[in-house]
Amino acid sequence: MSMNNQGRPTTTTDSHAESSVDFESFSGHRGLRLAEPLIFELAGTDTTGVDIEDIADFTPAIGGLERTSEIGCSGLSEPDTVRHYTRLSRLNYGIDMGVFPLGSCTMKHNPRLNEKMARIPGFGDIHPLQPLSTVQGALELMNELSHWLMTLTGMPAVALSPKAGAHGELCGVMAIRAAHEARGDARKIILCPESAHGTNPATAAFCGYQVKSIPAQANGRVDVAALKESLNETVAAVMITNPNTCGLFETEVKAIADAVHAAGAFFYCDGANFTAIMGKARPGDLGVDAMHFNLHKTFSTPHGGGGPGSGPVVFSDALKKFAPLPYVKNTEGSELSLHEWPAENDPSFGRLTAFQGQMGMYVRALSYMLSHGGDGLKQAAEDAVLSANYLYASLKDVMSASFEGPVMHEALFDDRFLKNTGVTTLDFAKAMIDEGYHPMTMYFPLVVHGAMLVEPTESESKYNLDQFIRSMRGLAETATSGKTERFDGAPYFAPRKRLDETLAARQPILRFTKPEQA
Amino acid sequence: MRYLPLTNTDREAMREKIGVSHIDELFKDVPSENLNPEIDLPRHKSEMEVERHLTRLASKNVAAGSVPFFVGAGAYKHHVPSTVDHIIQRGEFLTAYTPYQPEIAQGTLQYIFEFQTQVAQLTGMDVANASMYDGSTATAEAVMMARRVTRKKRAILSGGLHPHYRAVVETTTQYTDDEVVRLAAQPANPNAEMKAIIDAVDDSTSCVVVQNPTIAGHVLDLRPLAEKVHAHKALLIVAVTEVVSLGLIMSPGEMGADIVVGEGQSIGNGLNYGGPYLGLFATNQKYIRQMPGRLCGQTVDADGERGFVLTLSTREQHIRREKATSNICTNSGLCSLAFTVHMTLLGEKGLRRLAKVNHKITQDLKAAMSSIKSIEVLNDSFFNELTVRLPKNANGVVEKLAGMGVLAGVPFSRLDPKAGLDDLLILAATEMVTTEDIDALVKALREAIE
Repeated sequence: MSMNNQGRPTTTTDSHAESSVDFESFSGHRGLRLAEPLIFELAGTDTTGVDIEDIADFTPAIGGLERTSEIGCSGLSEPDTVRHYTRLSRLNYGIDMGVFPLGSCTMKHNPRLNEKMARIPGFGDIHPLQPLSTVQGALELMNELSHWLMTLTGMPAVALSPKAGAHGELCGVMAIRAAHEARGDARKIILCPESAHGTNPATAAFCGYQVKSIPAQANGRVDVAALKESLNETVAAVMITNPNTCGLFETEVKAIADAVHAAGAFFYCDGANFTAIMGKARPGDLGVDAMHFNLHKTFSTPHGGGGPGSGPVVFSDALKKFAPLPYVKNTEGSELSLHEWPAENDPSFGRLTAFQGQMGMYVRALSYMLSHGGDGLKQAAEDAVLSANYLYASLKDVMSASFEGPVMHEALFDDRFLKNTGVTTLDFAKAMIDEGYHPMTMYFPLVVHGAMLVEPTESESKYNLDQFIRSMRGLAETATSGKTERFDGAPYFAPRKRLDETLAARQPILRFTKPEQA
Repeated sequence: MRYLPLTNTDREAMREKIGVSHIDELFKDVPSENLNPEIDLPRHKSEMEVERHLTRLASKNVAAGSVPFFVGAGAYKHHVPSTVDHIIQRGEFLTAYTPYQPEIAQGTLQYIFEFQTQVAQLTGMDVANASMYDGSTATAEAVMMARRVTRKKRAILSGGLHPHYRAVVETTTQYTDDEVVRLAAQPANPNAEMKAIIDAVDDSTSCVVVQNPTIAGHVLDLRPLAEKVHAHKALLIVAVTEVVSLGLIMSPGEMGADIVVGEGQSIGNGLNYGGPYLGLFATNQKYIRQMPGRLCGQTVDADGERGFVLTLSTREQHIRREKATSNICTNSGLCSLAFTVHMTLLGEKGLRRLAKVNHKITQDLKAAMSSIKSIEVLNDSFFNELTVRLPKNANGVVEKLAGMGVLAGVPFSRLDPKAGLDDLLILAATEMVTTEDIDALVKALREAIE
């Protein structure tokens, strides 16, 4: 054994793997994997991490409605607060840590410049109801963002205020319903492909429509013949995602648009996958009447563990006058203003949110767009598509590609290659966790069995892609060779083993309760 | 381009592996006449250039922190401890997705569970969800939930509800089965406003939506209303636009609320010109299967170790599609993290103190306003917001004061131009307001109206 000059061994003498150790630590921690209780188990209500004066001489003027009973919120000192959340953060996987190939979610790099820009006090510290003379730069930014979104889509109008993709869908479908009602033509049905995001039918139902599903063809595209058969004077709109959730461009998109318009209906496009075509094709050229963006997908604003998002909607000429309030008005003269309340006989369908929408996300998205420029956005779309096809070409001999390529920004596989192995899509996804990756989207879209939807985005280097391919091939070959141990209980190396979701739903515990109250 | 890791050599090698010689072969499904359109947008910019451009735009705005500031009416300028922004910028939180893979998302899931607990505690309710977009959309969701629970359609919106919230409820429910009845705003007479609500409730009522404190700042005793609402088998929905008030005022739960919705921006989140904010949504245990939005629940893993998962998802759009309780998917994750970190720093002790400081400075503001002869203060009760009647059009006064470097509040007519209340001004005072700020406001107001 070689020894260093402090007499400490430089190599381990024992090759015990972590999993072969059969003792627990006294602390509950496992090295860098630190166990962390709930804040309510760490401290009571007598601790606080802020210095605020306790006003003693005080007579509240609240009509005798003082809160006398205990609230129950535990407080932590500042050091303990930082430690609590730092420990929790280390139980999470994020884009910053590795490949995050979550199909249809577009987990691309989140530039930190965007964060810095959104925090400039002139953007982050302005109130939505300040006098308009004091927020001219904010209105100008909203106009500039609108210009980029309209230019990239070739559409003549945009509503910025929707708060997320599903809110954008609501915005688009409400405009469609308002347009039908304005011409005295109430319609009842919205057509959605089987492969649609769940938000599409849910949104249609919220606008009072019945949802009719249209099937996919064997090549993964909308069955245009079936669509045409379903189109009649009761159909208000079709909602189609393009590129679709199978990662394919709808080749007959213009025929679809023509048929939809001929039936007096509108074409709503779910723009969740716009990243594949930004700078390459404009929905306005393809007959789209309304399309939402997900700024948190296409334009790199962070997903933040589930939001906030931002879902601006572009409109065609036929729909633009029905757009929601408020919006920036370009009036004569130099000062910009907001159209906040409906005028007499205003065709706008109304207001979707208390204020102007997700300004913080507008700044981040514009920062991303300005950084890329028109040239860089196009390059990003091309790189995303190139990377997806590279994965597809590198994996299709060991996994089951669902459809003929080329694909757009994501590649769809199904579980045929796992047939008779005893390994499911879920097992395969959990084994990816042990490989150090976030799993791909699983069991969606619903058009293939055991779907695995892989989206690398433009943010991965070839080195990262090759490493990822190595893992995926290794897993696929191991599963099909009948060696299933690494799948059976996966993940083994994550902060938790598989969690019992049935128990959680059967006996819902949705909050902490003090033991004596339980 | 600094965000794109692939080199031209990489691209070439990848094309070769795929078996194409040009990138556009991969776009062959796009109609060729529509591929690669002329797009007139500027070319890419360096970090420095982007910073310069955006900083120039930002400099055209007046930041709240740079002037005496009294603007509220649904969004509030509070102090956010430095720790909050540090935590939410950790990449493990910032760049995570919705926690659909719980084994590698326990950080997100545990804070959601803690957040749900804090919101339930604050509102005095049994359970809360993982957040909505903002207070206004949460209110609309609550109205639709009340219809599902009661199987009745008639929702009554009080006159004291934020006019923008009323507009959002009306817009969101215009194509559903809900019928929305909107009562007139009576900011000068909260007792009459309350009587009108109580009188409007009958057996056809699905819910009553009431804001506390009201848009005009009055603090309401909701207990008699709750009694009436429950006697008619309807639900009482209480909207709270200033959550810091819950550190001083009896909780909606204690006053009989069935659903509490709120705007959580005040805790942990900046003004951001209106978003992103976070909607709070809390209710009683018996209604959980009718709730909108995500819920995090406690469970165990295969080793029996405690862990958290998203649960009761059969209510949600990705499972239930057109039969879902809401179409919401992405919510306000990172804003709820900011909320829960700030709330953890405060604890009950800090929140109660913060609420008292807010109320105290607003008492000082009231005294200062009362010292101006031509101004009438409309509030006997209030938390950190007052409505005053000016001898002039409030909009003009606010504009004039902005020119003098004082952001004086929200003219009622900006929120509700048709109410005929053009002389009313809503003023908010948080812990950020100093005595000097109040002096500056008084001086500027005297100049503008006298």
